Parts: sequence; structure tokens; C-alpha cells
Amino acid sequence: MSNWWSLKWNEMKKNKHSYVLLAPYMILFAVFTVLPVIMSMILSFTYFNMLEFPKFIGWHNYSRLFLEDDIFLIAIKNTILFAVITGPVSYIACFVFAWIINELTPKLRAFMTLVFYAPSISGNVFFIWLMIFSGDRYGIANGFLLKLGILMEPIQWLKEEKYILAIIILVQLWLSLGTGFLAFIAGLQTVDRSLYEAGAVDGIRNRWQELWYITLPSMRPQLMFGAVIQITTSLAVADVSIALAGFPSVNYAAETIVTHLIDYGTTRFEMGYASSIATILFIIMLGTNLIVQKLLRKVGE
Amino acid sequence: MSMPFSFKLRSKLRSKRVNRSFWGSFGLFTVLAFFGAFMILPLVYAINNAFKPLDEIFLFPPTLFVRNPTFNNFIDLMNLLGESWVPFSRYIFNTLFITLTGVIGHVIFASAAAFPLAKHRFPGKKALFQVVVLSLMFTPAVTAIPNYMVMSWLGLIDSYWAVIVPAFSYSLGLYLMKQFMEQMPDALLEAAKIDGASEYRIFWTIVMPNVKPAWLTLVILQFQILWGTDGNGFIYSEQLKSLHFAANQIIYGGIARAGAAAAVALILMSVPITLFVFSQSKIIETMASSGMKE
Repeated sequence: MSNWWSLKWNEMKKNKHSYVLLAPYMILFAVFTVLPVIMSMILSFTYFNMLEFPKFIGWHNYSRLFLEDDIFLIAIKNTILFAVITGPVSYIACFVFAWIINELTPKLRAFMTLVFYAPSISGNVFFIWLMIFSGDRYGIANGFLLKLGILMEPIQWLKEEKYILAIIILVQLWLSLGTGFLAFIAGLQTVDRSLYEAGAVDGIRNRWQELWYITLPSMRPQLMFGAVIQITTSLAVADVSIALAGFPSVNYAAETIVTHLIDYGTTRFEMGYASSIATILFIIMLGTNLIVQKLLRKVGE
Repeated sequence: MSMPFSFKLRSKLRSKRVNRSFWGSFGLFTVLAFFGAFMILPLVYAINNAFKPLDEIFLFPPTLFVRNPTFNNFIDLMNLLGESWVPFSRYIFNTLFITLTGVIGHVIFASAAAFPLAKHRFPGKKALFQVVVLSLMFTPAVTAIPNYMVMSWLGLIDSYWAVIVPAFSYSLGLYLMKQFMEQMPDALLEAAKIDGASEYRIFWTIVMPNVKPAWLTLVILQFQILWGTDGNGFIYSEQLKSLHFAANQIIYGGIARAGAAAAVALILMSVPITLFVFSQSKIIETMASSGMKE
């Protein structure tokens, strides 16, 4: 055993340059990512208000979350609803649009890539949807429907529970063609062209067969990367909800796990309780990602 | 070896393809055009609003395109900014300082760490990279509370560095850089090693110049985050607050500010979009290597 350690130690000494190069990044990564995750898990078992020293209270925060906090249950329901819709839809949209764009000539391809990617890098421009769905008749949606005579009076889109979720999903989808989309565009361009020609000789007769038998299997690494990005963002809906539906939203109709976390962490200063919300979010995000990774490994096998 | 490895990638880009029916293409391009319109129209509307006189912003029926374009909104914005308690140039400086420092630091730190992860063999390499990949699977919201405590221990609350320093260790950047560096031919590094260059020298004079496309990708991804930062709740002093924070006060300032809000939104969004237009081809080149291997 001591032999194994001294062997490793020698190997580490020989590679000290590698560690020196890694050190600055890894130290910051440990301090600002790894340490906070561990702290959050520990704090989730305490009562902590930022003033007194944290007091250990066992599983109390968790039992309170699931048994006493009705709004948390709304938050979970909404988060899952958002994720189940925007996750797969945005993932498929990223791929389908990248796939069609890939058939275009290079100039047109660059232009269409910009068109689809632009919303996701425009920062807080999603507030424009506030004007599109504004509750008076000057909003585009109301104005249009009133003009056509479909509506008799303007709808308070962002104040009525039945519309809020749908609008947030729409805006979230509008914003969702980001890094994953670019990875697909790039991945499609690197699929070896000779595979398609060989496929044609082997009896592949149309683009759908080509997509299924050649393109998708050769893109598995990008598909896995894109999945991570889309899943993680689809579970983290908060900014759009707060900007469009307000905080808190009408009857908590647009509450998500993240907005619930913000509520307890920055408004009520119940840090232990907020940490248990964060820990549950962490488990949901990591768990979903790992399961989907497992499933995607099977694509084209 | 004289040919940079990125050329190999470009030579794979195709234009003509087998197995394409006309009606299939027609149908797919129609779908693309329809959704393209959905993506771009809100932005077109935002741009047009910036040039609409106020009576056109509040017109019934509402219009998408401006009829009598004017720069009044920008003049309003200037007046509004002139009245603010903290000079507006200060907000611009704050955001520029945070963005530039954060982006440069991130590119250097992430590249330095990506190089050994991609090209060296040492104990712990796999585990370290696995942890970074796992961190792609959750968002900063998860760590917001303990992060505040860490910042306060480090005495970084209410300073630019509370936003800048964590940005250095943004994990998507390291991930993409490492995947891209893996494609570099080893022969390039071996040759330098035989010439007696140290690992640090190899990193700085051979690796870095060869991964320019990946830099640009890290730059735009990080730029977009920092450009839009509102201080993450760490910055309280008005004179340290970001441009985005100041802009939001105008944007959510109500009906009287609708014109100025449209103007400031246009200015804010044009910067990352312009940056992307000029770096698109390099970014796509980097993303080609983004895949997760088993």
C-alpha cells in the first residue's frame, strides 16, 4: 500500500507543472462552486438566520417543505411543468432548426443561425414580451385580437392565472436556442460527408432515413452536451417568471423552485430553509441530467 | 503539421448533398421561415420601438414597424441619464470593468487549466474533469446563499470582485476549451518539448495561439453573462452598480419611460449581438468539439 502511494506521489511530482497550471482555476472552482454546494447541504439541516450561529434541526426543513408549505408544492408543480414542456421542446427545436439550417448555403446559414440565436444573447430584452402581452389595448396581442374582433375587451394576460404559465413557457422557448443550438449547428457540420455518400450507395433513399441512421448516431456526443444545457436551463426558470408575472406572481401562479428559493433566501432570511430548497433543486437537476445521459447513450445503438 | 488543425475541420463543411427531394426541402424551409419569424419579430419590434415617437408606441391598433422614425427616445434617455445622481458614465465604466476583467481572467484561467486536462497525464485528472462536468448540471441559483457567506468571509461584498472572481471559474468555458484543445495534434507539442521548452512556455507560445477560435467562444459566452450582470446581489453602493441595473430602473419605470426604455434596451442588446456576428464562424468551429464522450 505504501508502495502504491509513493508511486502516485512520484508521478504527481513528475507532473507538478500540470498541477501548477490547474491550480488557479481549481482553487476558485473549489471556493465558489464545490464548497458552496457542500455548505448548502449542511445548512439545509439547520435553522439559520444569518445573525445567530446555525442550529441543527435534523430533517425539519424538509418535512416542513413537503408537508406544510403549500406554495412549495405549487413551485415544484410549475417547475416540473416548465421543464417537461420547455426541456424536450427546446431540445428538439434546437436540433430540428440546426438540421434544416445546415442544408442552407453558408451565407444564409450564418444569417439564420443569428436569427435563431439572437434572442438568447440579447440579455434582458425579453421585457419586450411585457409590451406584446400588455394588459391594455396597446399591447400587440390585445391590439391584434381587438382589431380582428375576436376580443371585445383587452385581456390582462399576465394577471390571469390561466394565461401566465403558457406565456412564460412561450418566452422561455423563445430564449432557449442558446449554447445547445450552436453545438448542434457545429456538430452537423462535422459529420463526415463520405458517410452520406456511402449511405446512399447502401440504400438510404431519403433525408429521414439519413437523419435516423447516419446523422443522429454520429452526433451523439453533441446530443449529450446539448441535453445537459437544455435540461439545466429548463429547470432553472426564474428571471422570466419574475420579469413577466411579477414577484410574487398573482396567487403564486408562476412560482418556481428558484423563485421560492429567492423568496426565502433574500426576502425572509430563512437561510436554513432556503438551503433545503436549494438542495432539492440540486438533486432534481443532477438526477435528471444523469438519467437523460444514460438514455442518450442508447441513441443509435 | 504546417496546416493548422482547424483547416481540416473546414474542409469537412459540405454544400451539396445526396437524397434531397424538392418538396421535402420546400416544406422544411417553410417551417424554418415561419419559426424564424417568431424568433426575430419580437426583436424587430424592440428595435422599431426605440425609434417610435411616444404617440406611436401607444397607438391603437398597435404597429410593429415605425412610421415616423425619430431619435427623440435617445435624446430623452440622455436627459434622463444626465439627471441621475450617479453620472451615467460611471455605470458604463462599472460594467465595462467587470466585463473586461472577468472575460480576460476567465480565458486565461480556464485555458491554463484546460491544457493539462486535455494533454497531460497525471493522477486525479479524470476525477477533476468529472467534477467540472457535474457542475454543468446545476445553475448558480443552487449555491447563491453559501456564496454570499463565502463572499462575506473573503471581504468581497460590495466590490466588483464579488462578480468578477467567480466568473473566472465558470465551468462551461473550461469544458469547451478542454474539448477543443484535445483535437490539437500532439506532434506540435512534442516538437517544442524536444526543443527544450517548458510546459508553461508551450502553453503560452504554442497552445494559446492555436486555440484562438475557442478563446472567442469563451469570450462571447462570458461577455454575455457579465454584460447583463446586475451585481448578483453582492453590490450595494450606487456608484458601483452595473449598467444593466441602471437600465432596468428605466425599463421598469412605467409608461412615461416607455420610449427611453426601448432606446436603452436597443443599446444594451446591440453589443452582444454585434460581437456574435463577428465571431460566429470561430464559435461554430469550437462548438464542433463540444460533444460529451463516453
